[in-house]
Amino acid sequence: MDLLLWGVLPYVMVTILIGGSIWRYRYDQFGWTTRSSQLYESRLLRIGSPIFHFGLLAVIAGHFFGLVIPMTWTLAVGMSQDFYHLNALLVGGVAGVGTLGGIVILIYRRRKTGPVFMATTRNDKVMYVVLAAAIVLGLWTTLASVFEGAHGHNYRETVAPWFRSLFILQPDIAAMAAAPFSFHIHTLVGMLLFTIWPFTRLVHAFTAPLHYLFRPYIVYRTRDQVPGAIRPIRRGWAAIGTEDRARDKK
Amino acid sequence: MQPELKDYYEPWTYDYKTLIDAPLGDDFPVARPKSLITGKDTKITWSANWDDDLGGAPEMGHLDPIVEKVRRESEDKIKFAFEQTFMFYLPRICEHCLNPSCMASCPSGAIYKRVEDGIVLVDQDKCRGWRQCITGCPYKKIYFNHKTGKAEKCTFCYPRVEIGLPTVCSETCVGRLRYLGLFLYDADRVTDAAAVTDEKDLYESQMDVLLDPNDPAVAAAASAQGVPDDWIDAARRSPVYALAKIYKVALPLHPEYRTMPMVWYVPPLSPIVDLLSDQGHDAEDSGTLFGAIDALRIPVEYLAELFTAGDTDRVTAVLRRLAAMRAYMRGITLGQEADVDIPASVGMTPESMYEMYRLMAIAKYEERYVIPKAHVEQAHDLEEMGCSVDFEGGPGMYEDSPFGEASGRPTPVAVENFYALKDRQTSDTASSAVTMRNRVNLLNWDGNGAPAGLFPETRDVPRAAAASPADLGGPKATGGSQAAPDAPVVTP
Repeated sequence: MDLLLWGVLPYVMVTILIGGSIWRYRYDQFGWTTRSSQLYESRLLRIGSPIFHFGLLAVIAGHFFGLVIPMTWTLAVGMSQDFYHLNALLVGGVAGVGTLGGIVILIYRRRKTGPVFMATTRNDKVMYVVLAAAIVLGLWTTLASVFEGAHGHNYRETVAPWFRSLFILQPDIAAMAAAPFSFHIHTLVGMLLFTIWPFTRLVHAFTAPLHYLFRPYIVYRTRDQVPGAIRPIRRGWAAIGTEDRARDKK
Repeated sequence: MQPELKDYYEPWTYDYKTLIDAPLGDDFPVARPKSLITGKDTKITWSANWDDDLGGAPEMGHLDPIVEKVRRESEDKIKFAFEQTFMFYLPRICEHCLNPSCMASCPSGAIYKRVEDGIVLVDQDKCRGWRQCITGCPYKKIYFNHKTGKAEKCTFCYPRVEIGLPTVCSETCVGRLRYLGLFLYDADRVTDAAAVTDEKDLYESQMDVLLDPNDPAVAAAASAQGVPDDWIDAARRSPVYALAKIYKVALPLHPEYRTMPMVWYVPPLSPIVDLLSDQGHDAEDSGTLFGAIDALRIPVEYLAELFTAGDTDRVTAVLRRLAAMRAYMRGITLGQEADVDIPASVGMTPESMYEMYRLMAIAKYEERYVIPKAHVEQAHDLEEMGCSVDFEGGPGMYEDSPFGEASGRPTPVAVENFYALKDRQTSDTASSAVTMRNRVNLLNWDGNGAPAGLFPETRDVPRAAAASPADLGGPKATGGSQAAPDAPVVTP
């Protein structure tokens, strides 16, 4: 079981994440967008979205520190274990609570604002459940270590070595198996999140306007030269919430 | 600051089904308005063209930034008192600018200008829904499709233009105001021309970028750049070039935006003739007309803010030319001797004034729309986009797909070949094998196997196979140009 969870699943996840993203990029560039709902409602969005996204960036940075940088390195530069943990709890706690607060605002907005809820697909709902679960469970591991204090579990001796060992294709399954349940479940939900990532709106995270920095103001392009280059009609706009729409869905 | 839905209006439909399904009763059933955003009953309070004519003038008129500016500068010259108010219609479409700010602000580089014809398009695949173009376009002519999450804009009806048909807005214009034609321009000088310091010089600098197709050097350079001969010929016959550069009566909209807009407007000569004759003047007399221009109901200052960054002299010059044309042609129509002083007074020759009159008053279809066909190797593949399967419930309508409404590969649409169809409809002979290319008559099919053409050909054709004049040096052809002469003016 441990072999399957910590030795096989991570690689399956990475394969789907990378393969799925490539496939989505080739198959469905037209759907590669967040489908911004700002047009419907922007007051709550303006508060929730930055809190969530900046919180998330801090959380990602925290994961990097915790998982990628070995404990021996921080000890070597004179950072004591207690000092590290205090930092991780304070900064990580603030980031985690911010992210959670942000997503709570965003989910509330999504549910309570009629037009935004109407524009929410089933896919979005599944994604929100997994994303929120990953955040809540991650926060739980952090809070648990607050209450356990110095006796708390040191994930830098279990989860982190396992995480690094994945990259050299020799997964340290025993180390991960030794971690407590809260870390197990957080890791599994996290892997689930990355597995569904390419198939949800989350793909927008892989969009960065790097080319913008280098391109000229005026973009010239020749007409598509392939035969029948005139593109077929895309889905445009569809009626929602009306009889017509309901008939379409049947 | 991104616009919200309330800045446009909430689209709605009506519950038409009630009209049919309502049980028999004393009252007539009513089709209630239903919001297309929430699906619930809605109250219609605002929509497109709500402010047309004088309906919204007291509420909206003072919000016009030009009104505000002109009022400030000319001490309350524009009034909205009913008897003093004015109306004129300014058709605003995408300007297909030479220096588009929507394009410059697109983080994804999805907005591009076509090298061949200058049409500005959004690549729907590359657009990532950043929405910067929506605030970036000063004409507010890019819209966010809230269903697909992508930006959309005027396409200049490029599938029609490619096969030599005018855009739908031009062809259907009841007033026949719209003209379509080519400009040859120097793409290398666009950004420099847009960067001149004084806003009032922008008009001149844009005119300098537009090249004279009758200049042999320009024609030779265009040929060398791969502009086909029939395009150069079309540029010579371009009605928009004539209005903008030869007669100088068409002006760009808001040149101070530095976008080098390519829709050209002929400013309206207010209903001045009626006014003058009411006052007992000889309204068509050139002297009277010229004198009246300064007292137009639509203030020249207002027009100048629209078309010349506030340079009233240039607008006055245009209006004088239009007034002169009226007076001059009136003399000819009445059988009097043509007064050559009138064209001379506005710097024109009698011949050019007559030509201008012809172009603006009686030009026929072929003269108003001079559109050369696009040149591609597979000319017969240039087909007009068809909508034959895009009916409700048809294969052109999409079901919800797993990644949201907008995702997935589009269903290819059957295209009707415009010229093949026309040929079949008008020729005396039966359809040839060529015109019936890729079509299968199912009545003749015995059900065995799959005859060629039963299924659409696979679309895996190598891209970018054809050579194209990608080098942007020298003159380039652009089609994004149009003029709306004489925006109609109505007296209340």
